[in-house]
Amino acid sequence: MTDSEIIRLIDTSLAEEFELDQATLTPDAHIYEDLGLDSLDMVDMVVVLEKAFHFKIREEEAIREIRTLGDIHEFVLSKKREMGA
Amino acid sequence: MRMKRVVVTGMGAVSPFGRGVPALVGGLMSGMSAVKRLPGLEQVIGLRSLVGAVVPGVDGKEIPRKFRRTMSPMSIFATLAAQEAVSAAALADDIPAGGRLGVSIGSTIGSPATTQAFFEHFIREKSVEQMKSTVFFQMMNHSCAANVAQALGVTGRILAPSAACATGCQAVGYAYEMIASGKQDYMLCGGADEIHPLTTATFDLINAASTHYNDRPESTPRPFDKARDGVVCSEGAACLLLESLDAALRRNAPICAEVFGFATVSDTSNIANPDSAAVRLCMEKALFDAGVAPDQIDYVNAHATGTEAGDIAESEAISELLGGDVPVSSLKGHLGHSMAASGALEMVATIAMMTAGRIIPTRNLETIDERCSGIRHVQKIEERGIKMVLKNNFALGGVNACMVLGRYDSDR
Repeated sequence: MTDSEIIRLIDTSLAEEFELDQATLTPDAHIYEDLGLDSLDMVDMVVVLEKAFHFKIREEEAIREIRTLGDIHEFVLSKKREMGA
Repeated sequence: MRMKRVVVTGMGAVSPFGRGVPALVGGLMSGMSAVKRLPGLEQVIGLRSLVGAVVPGVDGKEIPRKFRRTMSPMSIFATLAAQEAVSAAALADDIPAGGRLGVSIGSTIGSPATTQAFFEHFIREKSVEQMKSTVFFQMMNHSCAANVAQALGVTGRILAPSAACATGCQAVGYAYEMIASGKQDYMLCGGADEIHPLTTATFDLINAASTHYNDRPESTPRPFDKARDGVVCSEGAACLLLESLDAALRRNAPICAEVFGFATVSDTSNIANPDSAAVRLCMEKALFDAGVAPDQIDYVNAHATGTEAGDIAESEAISELLGGDVPVSSLKGHLGHSMAASGALEMVATIAMMTAGRIIPTRNLETIDERCSGIRHVQKIEERGIKMVLKNNFALGGVNACMVLGRYDSDR
């Protein structure tokens, strides 16, 4: 998958799970303040991403630093690169 | 302790006739049946009862995702019914968060479909890695009450009675007692359930589900009828807004009815079969609580699900206590048995009957079983002034619940 395909899959997966308007899915969108998600949603976001990308990320420390959609993109891209290495 | 008078100021319903009190009452008044053959039941090995009544076309998408994510269908039904009740009661926006409004809404169990989905994966994979954070909130026994409170911003007491088929009646009864004792001024109360093969199977295996009308679903259940053959399961929710008469008068609220009395007893003769003496005792206690004499009751809305044992026990008890002249009908022939919702749905319909001065007959009652003949059955619409009614509900587990409701009289 290319980086843009990965980002598109992240966005469509999250939009479907959390009923988000695609127009709000900009990299600088804050997960809590702009997208309206909360701590329960963050738990489910891990499940959604693990299912979409066939990896395990629940125990990753970096998840706790995620604040924006762009952070999610970066995290997943980094994880995919790590897996491909 | 001086008890407060309690009135009903709003009602909401989601039933197999659709969404809203008008759909429920319209379906009942026109004598319709909501019972259908359900294709999903045909796939279940060993299940003989293939009929049921389901809520049509309600997805709850209008409930914001933040609240809907923790709701199974039963909580969606309950929330929509609660919203309708609050709207009908014209409750001010600041009341839910004021601490004087509570919630008393129960279901038979937590969502069986969500429970099934979780354990299917859990047993197959021995894993919780794909478990969503919202699963537990749909499986917990107080799912409906908690979800309604969250969605409507209710900050008072939360109560989630669970007594199977008597749940709805008990939930309203306990809400009435909470207001009468002054603990709360307002209560959103009722019951909800969603249909699942587990419920039908439970009645089927004890030979208490309807099995002979799979090709004529609209002809079953048949409360009190000689050819009745058992329960037909259904689903839905109903919610009533109860409040102290003082509060209602203070805010000039519309008053639909007054709650006069309530009783609930345990029948220890058998966990599955009702005993007429225990049914009678419960009705007696409700009348005593209401301060109402048997001859003041103008109509009995029976539990009568169409089982042999239940219908006979209830008929005998009503006959012994109230005699053979009081009109009696059951609404299960139209709606099936919506379990925890049934008591509340039937209470809403009973209040509508009282308002309209019209008694809805027992659908599918054609030939009265001789063993149920000691009471006066309503077999066609009767135009009749009703001031005081008795509402019965009885449950597996030996739980009886009875409520006395009446027209509100400002001169009383």
